[in-house]
Amino acid sequence: MRLEYFQMIDRVVSLEGDAIQVESRVPEASPVFEGHFPGHPLVPGVLLVETMAQASGWLILGRNGFAQMPFLMSVKEAKFRSFVGPEAPLEVTARVTHDGSGFTVTEARVTSGGKRIADAEILLRSMPFPHPDLEAAMRASAQRIGLPGFAA
Amino acid sequence: MAADTNASSTGTFDKVADIIAENSEVARDSIKPDSHVTEDLGIDSLDFLDIVFAIDKAFGIKVPVEKWTQEVNAGDKPAEHYFVMKNLAARIDELVAAKGA
Repeated sequence: MRLEYFQMIDRVVSLEGDAIQVESRVPEASPVFEGHFPGHPLVPGVLLVETMAQASGWLILGRNGFAQMPFLMSVKEAKFRSFVGPEAPLEVTARVTHDGSGFTVTEARVTSGGKRIADAEILLRSMPFPHPDLEAAMRASAQRIGLPGFAA
Repeated sequence: MAADTNASSTGTFDKVADIIAENSEVARDSIKPDSHVTEDLGIDSLDFLDIVFAIDKAFGIKVPVEKWTQEVNAGDKPAEHYFVMKNLAARIDELVAAKGA
């Protein structure tokens, strides 16, 4: 994870059918922790939401073969059940609960060592890639994290 | 029979109007059969996605919004054909009927 670059996913563990499992490790240090919070570093809840949204996004890209780019549209029932700090291992899962026309709904969850950290229902809208640089960057990231079918 | 189709659409209209009122800031009693979803009710694209998601779940269908939008943009169909409430209810009835066929 590189929090300040919104690089939330380290590795795809599995992508099968309508579900993905990914993992990440919270960095030992980050400028984010200088503010959140001094003397008591915690991964901000909004970044846990981003982590769940990115896992959902990789699931959609893996399913659609990079035909379109998913963008976060709505987050519902987001819950933060436990704090998570530096060097914590994170397991993130996302599962498609509804395939709409041009949008996808997922249920996503973050755990750390089996302990529930956060969960949410996430809605993403898929649209044509708005810029070729974005598609190239996403494909490079897919290789980096080992998205099945796009691994190096 | 035509009478049955009308009765079904009335029920569908009420159900869709309830869904719109629950998923937007539009008052339920301001939603009429002749209301245009975006022009009259002012539903924005995010609320519309939530509404479509709720309609998909409530009726067990997949409203083909992308196809409808393409048809409207290409000039193949007027927007009213899909996005005026009474017509939207009729299109949903058609999707439900096609699912059961």
